[in-house]
Amino acid sequence: MTQPTIQTLNAEDLSSRLQQLAQGAGIQQWDLGASCSTDTSVQVDRGEAKQMKGAQRSAITLRVWNGDGLVGITSTSDLSDTGLARALSGAREASDFGNAEETPAFSPLATAPLAPLDQPLHQPQPILSLLDTLKQAERQLLDRHIAISTVPYNGLAQRSSERLYLNSEGACRHQSLTTASLYLYARAEEAGRKPRSSGAMRMAYGAAELDIAGCIEEAAERTIAHLDYAPIETGYYTCVFSPEAFLDLIGAFSSLFNARAVLDGVSLSRRDSLGESVAVPFLSIRDNGLHPGNVGASAFDGEGTPTAPLDLVAAGMLKNFLHSEATARAFGVAPTGHAGMGAKVSVGADWFEIGVTPNSDGGQQDLDRLNHSGPVVVIDSLSALHAGVKASQGSFSLPFDGWLVEGGVSRSIEAATVAGDIRTVMKAIVGFEGVAKITPDGLCPYVWVEGLSITGEA
Amino acid sequence: MLRLESLLASGRAAGADLVEIFLERTDHLGVLAEQDTITNVSPAFGMGAGIRVFLDDRDGFVSTNDLSDNGLIQALEQALGMLGLSHSSKTSGPFGGLKVMRDFAIDKMDWLTNCPSIAEATLKLLEGTSRLEHHGNHLQARRGSYSRDWQSVLIAASDGTFARDIRLHQSLGLNVLAADGEHRAGLGRRYGTSDRPDDLRQWDADAAAQDVCTSVGTMLYADYVEAGQMPAVLANRFGGVIFHEACGHLLETTQVERGTTPFAEKVGQAIAHEAVTAIDEGLSEGAFGSLSMDDEGMEPQRTVLIENGILKRFLSDRAGELRTGHIRTGSGRRQSHTFAAASRMRNTFIAAGPHTPEQLISSVDKGLYCKSMGGGSVGPTGQFNFAVEEGYLIENGQLTKPVKGATLIGEAKEVMPRISMCANDLELAAGFCGSVSGSIFVTVGQPHIKVDSITVGGR
Repeated sequence: MTQPTIQTLNAEDLSSRLQQLAQGAGIQQWDLGASCSTDTSVQVDRGEAKQMKGAQRSAITLRVWNGDGLVGITSTSDLSDTGLARALSGAREASDFGNAEETPAFSPLATAPLAPLDQPLHQPQPILSLLDTLKQAERQLLDRHIAISTVPYNGLAQRSSERLYLNSEGACRHQSLTTASLYLYARAEEAGRKPRSSGAMRMAYGAAELDIAGCIEEAAERTIAHLDYAPIETGYYTCVFSPEAFLDLIGAFSSLFNARAVLDGVSLSRRDSLGESVAVPFLSIRDNGLHPGNVGASAFDGEGTPTAPLDLVAAGMLKNFLHSEATARAFGVAPTGHAGMGAKVSVGADWFEIGVTPNSDGGQQDLDRLNHSGPVVVIDSLSALHAGVKASQGSFSLPFDGWLVEGGVSRSIEAATVAGDIRTVMKAIVGFEGVAKITPDGLCPYVWVEGLSITGEA
Repeated sequence: MLRLESLLASGRAAGADLVEIFLERTDHLGVLAEQDTITNVSPAFGMGAGIRVFLDDRDGFVSTNDLSDNGLIQALEQALGMLGLSHSSKTSGPFGGLKVMRDFAIDKMDWLTNCPSIAEATLKLLEGTSRLEHHGNHLQARRGSYSRDWQSVLIAASDGTFARDIRLHQSLGLNVLAADGEHRAGLGRRYGTSDRPDDLRQWDADAAAQDVCTSVGTMLYADYVEAGQMPAVLANRFGGVIFHEACGHLLETTQVERGTTPFAEKVGQAIAHEAVTAIDEGLSEGAFGSLSMDDEGMEPQRTVLIENGILKRFLSDRAGELRTGHIRTGSGRRQSHTFAAASRMRNTFIAAGPHTPEQLISSVDKGLYCKSMGGGSVGPTGQFNFAVEEGYLIENGQLTKPVKGATLIGEAKEVMPRISMCANDLELAAGFCGSVSGSIFVTVGQPHIKVDSITVGGR
């Protein structure tokens, strides 16, 4: 069969064409973020192909500075000369409405050395090979338990991609990457009982590297573990967050660490919050996009600033904010490598490392959720974070999948929500359990938190 | 046209049952105002193609930004290859050519140029944030946002389908964050329409700002709601998001295909209280989810989903009809050329009933009034949850104090029979729906409705 042609970006050609077009339009200062990707993916349904997809994408975001130093942008998927010229013209027009009170500039680190990343490039597999692999994975998952009737949400995908950052002062960043991902979300149902579902996902640099057996095992274990369920009584419980759930919660409140949100007045932190106690004295939160467990890490951000580790919370104290060039300038610090690209540049976290601050007491030791006399609520996964988190207010109310553990006996919870305030949660951490686990969003152990409100249906 | 026919003929000659080509050009403008300053103007434009090939009940789909002859041929070859087809197969019948093009775009060619300019949009947004300042107290952040999405599409398929259209969606939003000591409340409202280039100019910024400020002022000092099972009255307009998420998605044939809807075998049976009639249509003039044709070239319909509690129809697209037997309803929709169309909702609402809103509230001894809903989600087994943005206690048939932090939790098949009263004040509200074929423009709607019992999450 026809294999897709891998899309590529020619930095030299793009830079030269842009320079020429910009000069013709009288634009002296510009920068550009470009990306292209070639994707293939498959989904299956009870042994048959459900959908097979391929995609070739390319896109640029172009920023220009006008004669008054104001910035405008335009994005397009049209990389032809005509498309670039129109993008320049659009960005030039948008710059007339640029914000004079806060104008982005080139990052002072846009030409600084990048940290090396060990990201092996893999050739894409033929899509029919992906299909066979996914069919087998589905079969094996269905065979794990008679109650698992379907795997309604599944997918095996691979991507070859490139990113560029160029600017009119000669900065040129380039990164090539291949990634693959597998997710399996099973549905199980026993006679006279409600259907239950759970799943797992894996990422790797190539489809051949995916831990398929581990993904099947985890999806099966999680799904089967929810078959025996009961409602839970509403009340206050000690909760044990899985690594994935706690990372989701911290990620949803990452505006706490975001200088952009601080400047915009929508963060719970203020400009002078650095150095304040925000958590128990043994909590450490570090943003580290360069961690080897972060599959698909970016070597640089949208402004060309190198990705680098950054301590956000250490010994329970707020240590640093995430910055773009503009927010860093406003705070009098260096950009941290967390910027997007725009006229108003967004700021975002990369990949969290959460755990014990070295040389602290580490909180309560020897925690063991499975043998706890209880009761404790184990929160395996959180849902609806987009709706249930009020990041600027600190509150959350989120449905979750999990178990109630009492007297060493664990039973799945039928349906419930957990509610609280992130500031309270970070000060109510009892301790950590087990070895930190690498997930797609970060590294974290199980986290024990006391006194959270659970609403159940009992 | 010749190029399209050549591609379609080539796909058929290779053995495909059906080949569909979706071509798209887009033009987007986003504007953001914060406090009294324009902080972001973000134009974007693009183009692309999505090629879908069917063989039996399977399909392969490839999207590309490369609209050259070579790019389109490669995309077609790749899609054919996914189904094990190539030009050496040559097993299928001939291609009969495209029909005369149905041109829904012909009267819409000036829509983009008739839209407000960037300058007009910025002025209108600044008027909005200024009116927020005027009406609000303790406002820590004021935001106004404007989004204009113009899309030109052309669809050609080997069954002769040939149609083009232009779509225009504009939306405006106002958001505020209020803070007073330890009290904080954030709230927003969004307004959106389709196919009305002049719409931003008609927007009443003052009324919108007053609405937002009144609500956030009330919620700033609200107590947390006490969790438990209780009756609830849900206000009209965006209250319809619950029906959309909790029940509407389960009436799409994509869910039948996956085996994830409890209603798959229930056509003709009662799945809701007899007070409930629910409709999905793409016809209401100016509504966010209205269409001249869907993304498979079919004209939209008014589809009665539930009538007096009885399940009548599912929403179906081409693949849904092929795989489940439910007849297409003009509901094949996608965000862009990068997605294959799927059965999706358009303007979805619960029909008006005979009561007044006051009658619903006065029928509740102790419960929750949900004046404004936030977002929510529905899980793979049908469980839903929705944040209540603005809520009030109902005590002895009267609205009393405001409460925050409420989440409505339930399961469609259990909650639908508990919608026992519908008021006579149906209204629609614009929204976005994210699902298998991307994020699309929809409206949700309902009159005030009463749910006899629902789980309210809180603290």
